[in-house]
Amino acid sequence: MKPINEVQSVMTPLDRKNVDTDQIISKEFLKRIERTGFGKYLFYHWRINADGTENKDFVLNDERFKDSKILVAQENFGCGSSREHAPWAILDYGFQVVIAPSFADIFHNNCFKNGLLPVRLEVDEIEELLAKGKAAPYSLEINLEQQTVTGDDGKTYSFEIDPYYKQMLLNGWDEISLTFQYEAQIAEYEKQHA
Amino acid sequence: MAKTIIGKIWERHIVYEEQGKPDLLYIDLHLLHEVTSPQAFEGLRLAGRKVRRPDLCFATMDHNVPTRNLPVINDPIAKKQITTLEKNCAEFGIPLADMEHPDQGIVHIIGPELGLTQPGKTIVCGDSHTSTHGAFGAIAFGIGTSEVEHVLSTQTLWQSKPKTMEIRITGELGFGVTAKDVILAIIAKFGIDVGTGHIVEYTGEAIRSMTMEERMTICNMSIEAGAKAGLISPDETTIDYLRGRRNVPEGAAFEEATEKWLALATDEGAVYDTVLEIDAEKIEPFVTWGTNPSMGSGISDTVPKVSDFENESDKEALKKALTYMGLEQGTPLSSIEIQHVFIGSCTNARLSDLRNAAEVTAGQKVHPNVTAIVVPGSRTVKRQAEEEGLDKVFLEAGFEWRESGCSMCLAMNDDVVPAGERCASTSNRNFEGRQGAGSRTHLMSPAMAAAAAITGRFTDVRTMKFAHV
Repeated sequence: MKPINEVQSVMTPLDRKNVDTDQIISKEFLKRIERTGFGKYLFYHWRINADGTENKDFVLNDERFKDSKILVAQENFGCGSSREHAPWAILDYGFQVVIAPSFADIFHNNCFKNGLLPVRLEVDEIEELLAKGKAAPYSLEINLEQQTVTGDDGKTYSFEIDPYYKQMLLNGWDEISLTFQYEAQIAEYEKQHA
Repeated sequence: MAKTIIGKIWERHIVYEEQGKPDLLYIDLHLLHEVTSPQAFEGLRLAGRKVRRPDLCFATMDHNVPTRNLPVINDPIAKKQITTLEKNCAEFGIPLADMEHPDQGIVHIIGPELGLTQPGKTIVCGDSHTSTHGAFGAIAFGIGTSEVEHVLSTQTLWQSKPKTMEIRITGELGFGVTAKDVILAIIAKFGIDVGTGHIVEYTGEAIRSMTMEERMTICNMSIEAGAKAGLISPDETTIDYLRGRRNVPEGAAFEEATEKWLALATDEGAVYDTVLEIDAEKIEPFVTWGTNPSMGSGISDTVPKVSDFENESDKEALKKALTYMGLEQGTPLSSIEIQHVFIGSCTNARLSDLRNAAEVTAGQKVHPNVTAIVVPGSRTVKRQAEEEGLDKVFLEAGFEWRESGCSMCLAMNDDVVPAGERCASTSNRNFEGRQGAGSRTHLMSPAMAAAAAITGRFTDVRTMKFAHV
């Protein structure tokens, strides 16, 4: 997993609550047996009209956000299915950070396994970011080490993150290798519960 | 100190704990299917790792499988996913109920059927509806593919201890009101993220008088309330269901297990982080009208109006949902016409669900504007239903009687609702495009879906004729 610490880019304002993983990556794209190549299907049915043309009203099709690495959305981002294809698609598309007031549990967990940084800010802070980001392109600088989000107008927000997962993201650790250090404890548990 | 069942099971599964870290939890049962496992097995191969406990794994194929013309799979990418699971199970020594196997079915239906699901276990699967197994008093939750790989390699997971929530369902259910109506009413009342960060225990008289199959329907949709897992303390109903099943201990060992299982129940006076309550007697047959499972109402209600909401973002969400669903504000739910009916899914495709639907269907005809399918949850359910003659009830009424699988719940196979058309569905999610791009899903109970199939619109099942089947 690629380590992550500082990310700077224009933010993409996705002003929606309850963005579910069916919207992030629709089921017709879940049949691949690889982890890669899902980016072009991200938010497919919001990006592409039924006739195959681009939906110009959808924020990801706005040229100003084409190189964005930071997605900002409303509450309960990533609800629904456990499909890890959702963070794979978000990362493969080019995002490295998702900022929202809250995340669904399984999606939140899946982010940490893939080096996608989920940042929780307060509802009113998200409202402020979305208002600025929709009015004009607004750049953010994320610093995981410092746990801060700073706008190009100097406004800074700080966020909380579980220290264990923070270290994992900063170092790009492979969790399975870490767990193998506890093999003796696992074997002992199995012995006692056989 | 009085403990909840959640605390008891959690503590017994801690392999390692340290301040500032999640707990390392042992996993007793790992269920696998074709869609969320291939990348995990590939990860094992790339790292030269093996499966630590293949004997604690069980796999089947359900998401992609066709429900007619078996065993032909027309979609080459779906077929590759199926054959990949076969190869992976063979290579790593994991038991598999494949497409031809008499035990095949939706993973959350066959786990309990085979007696693999037992009280006190920790159960995971790369599927969010793993919460179904909580009905037995197990901690069961959905995981991503990286975690699937982690469990395959180590039989453990790092998990932060969730908060606990009690949802108490008081009183008795009225005539025609089912477990599905209860869980939809809970989600509508408390919201789709009320359970975030929590494991929910369902309690109360209404739960105690439910069968295991009804309890599974309740726990199944815990994820639709955002909960990590949902469970129910074991009682005699649980024990009766388990007795005699294939993977359950026999004789004296069963009696010993029973004692342990019953002792898992939440102690009197145990404290939860949050307690919510709902009155079963006020719940009527439910129908969703929107694009997430909390957007639903009792059948005698109407589609809400924008003016019913105060908050701007709620108003906006309602407008978006109604535009997608092609519905006008204030429309009586019982006037909405449908074109499709799907009776199936891990929520509602067990034998009792099919019986409930058949009671309403018997002697009636499917409305000429409606295409209706029944997809039993497993081969076993299909066989049992056929022994009772339920297939004939459905076929004579004009339903299609299919092979088991996830089918139209998520439309990964050929069972798709066309764009702009409306489906009365016994599944669990009504998200945009869930049953096919542009499709419009309305969630309800099997009896309500059967009533809609006959009348061609949403109909209060309490006004229908019930037959004995």
